[in-house]
Amino acid sequence: MTEPCPKLSARNLNVFYGAKQAIKNVSIDISREHVTALIGPSGCGKSTFLRCFNRMNDTIENARVTGEIRLDGRDIHAADMDVVQLRARVGMVFQKPNPFPKSIYENVAYGPRIHGLASGRAEMDRLVEDALRRAGLWDEVRDRLADSGTTLSGGQQQRLCIARAIAVDPEVILMDEPCSALDPVATAKIEELIDDLRGRYAIVIVTHNMQQAARVSQRTAFFHMGAMIEYGETSTLFTNPVQARTKDYITGRYG
Amino acid sequence: MTGLFPILLAVLALALLGYWIGRQRGLAMRRGLTIRIGTVHSLPVYHGLYVALTALLPAVLVLAGWAIVEERLVADRVIAAVPVDFRPVSEIDRGAFMNDVRGLANNALEAAFNPAATAVVPLYRATSEAFDLAAGVVAMTLLAVGGIWAFSRLRPDFRARSHVEKLLRWLLILASTVAILTTFGIVLSLLFESWRFFQIVPAAEFLFGTHWSPQTAIRSDQIGSSGAFGAVPLFWGTIFIGAIIAMIVAVPLGLMAAIYLTQYADARVRRVLKPMLELLAGVPTVVYGFFAALIVAPAVRDFGVWLGISNASGESALAAGLVMGIMIIPFVSSMTDDALMAVPAEMRDGSYAMGATRAETVTRVLVPAALPGITGGVLLAVSRAIGETMIVVMAAGLAAKLTINPFDSVTTVSAQIVALLTGDQEFDSAKTLSAFALGLVLFIITLLLNIYALSVVRNYREAYE
Repeated sequence: MTEPCPKLSARNLNVFYGAKQAIKNVSIDISREHVTALIGPSGCGKSTFLRCFNRMNDTIENARVTGEIRLDGRDIHAADMDVVQLRARVGMVFQKPNPFPKSIYENVAYGPRIHGLASGRAEMDRLVEDALRRAGLWDEVRDRLADSGTTLSGGQQQRLCIARAIAVDPEVILMDEPCSALDPVATAKIEELIDDLRGRYAIVIVTHNMQQAARVSQRTAFFHMGAMIEYGETSTLFTNPVQARTKDYITGRYG
Repeated sequence: MTGLFPILLAVLALALLGYWIGRQRGLAMRRGLTIRIGTVHSLPVYHGLYVALTALLPAVLVLAGWAIVEERLVADRVIAAVPVDFRPVSEIDRGAFMNDVRGLANNALEAAFNPAATAVVPLYRATSEAFDLAAGVVAMTLLAVGGIWAFSRLRPDFRARSHVEKLLRWLLILASTVAILTTFGIVLSLLFESWRFFQIVPAAEFLFGTHWSPQTAIRSDQIGSSGAFGAVPLFWGTIFIGAIIAMIVAVPLGLMAAIYLTQYADARVRRVLKPMLELLAGVPTVVYGFFAALIVAPAVRDFGVWLGISNASGESALAAGLVMGIMIIPFVSSMTDDALMAVPAEMRDGSYAMGATRAETVTRVLVPAALPGITGGVLLAVSRAIGETMIVVMAAGLAAKLTINPFDSVTTVSAQIVALLTGDQEFDSAKTLSAFALGLVLFIITLLLNIYALSVVRNYREAYE
């Protein structure tokens, strides 16, 4: 399925870990208005694929990527692409909440500081407050901004990580199973937040929870053994899948 | 008889025999039986071990205890027999007198300093032999009683295996207490001798005085007959070399080496470099010492002269501190390495995903997160450095000076202890005793540093469990 003007597009993407191929010839267009979910059984390569979009696989020693990924039509593997800037434009939220061992304020200010986005204390305060508000965390932490980020609950920590990611105002947010370490109440809050953020950022979310994919996304891609089996509108994919393997997976035959 | 050693050998041989007999008994129990669980409780080996250990342990304990007290008992008897006029009184004289007696008795000495010693040699021989004999009889009796009693208990349903387990447990407890008791003994002797020193020199003068000159004259009419025991110059030298100069070298280098190894080097480089770096810790300190004395110290002096420092010395705090810093690098780097590796990978990824460079990630996230572990490592390194002796003796000199000039020679507590206790000395002079007081101070400081550093490191580890 192709989009008229995709935010992100992958063409013939392959990822190898040493000799093992983790992603096999995947092509996909991801739109800027939608939340796109990547689903599939454990080890199917969906997280590996997600980490291609901000070149996080560069940090893994024996990982090798071939094929093409374009952000707004520009090849992110091009020689003149600054990976540091790419990652500022394509933010990421991880499976396990990973706030830095710093204050809540400093966690959110981290990105603006290293990228020089605020020219003074007042502007930084505004950026931090804005990001925390958008992440729906402001009211809970406004009186304890100096406390360590690790003192928050798991769900709050994950929202802090989302605030940290959006503080640099990225164009895309990648979420790698952001709720898998959270309880149902915290999960519901994150899902609400994803819904609020939709439209402002292109969001790609990896999840092993099919209900979650159905709830939060408008587009879904199903991965199996490193290949993308099916990609389409979430409502269609879950009610009327084309591929037999997709159907087997969403009906719980395996995975 | 020549001491307790032959008795010990005999005891061991008999215990071995006990093992063999017990094992034979165990084998006999099984003969002709179909063995199932419960037919015979224990394997023959356990029957043998049970007999051997039950016989051996009390006998060996008695012999060990006897070996500790025997010398003293014999000395008491022998000295009591010496005519009052010649009788040694002080502890030191007694020791010297008994050395004479022992030397004569073993034919190691031709003649004694104290003429009275010759007269008591036969008594010494007789008493020693009688005591050895008594010890032998007691040990053998215990051995026999223990062995026979143990043997009489052997039956198919006797739980020799469980009993051996218990005996082994006691054996292991005994082994582990040896180290603890030894440490305890060292501390006690330090305390005792220091207390004697503080009777001669007030503690306040020792701890706060700024003049150190322990050379007391032997006769009171000589010049400099009263020594000065203000240890502040020594404490300062120790801190100056071990905690300041050495750390200025070791902390940045160790930190950067660890950062390179954990964050920048690829796995292959790390596999080669890390062991090489840790090899530095295995170099004997005396090798560092002559490296410091022969190469670094002259270079430092020439550098000082070039800088225009008139009193640049061939033995300098800087030379010793530099080399000690090199020596300490592996401590700092391997503790830092551990601390950085303990920071969860998600944190590093989180920083990279924000668009931070490696250097930004290291300085803003990883080092702050690992700081408690790094601090602990540095403190352990300090405690190692201030106890270090060889490098200082060889490269920093023995002059106790209160100076902040790194090109001047200074000395440390540990180097001074060496100087005080080598060569001829009398054991009740303030000079010699001051070594114990210095040792006590050094011991307390390193102990506190270690306790604090380990608790910092432990709390930090728990934080990431």
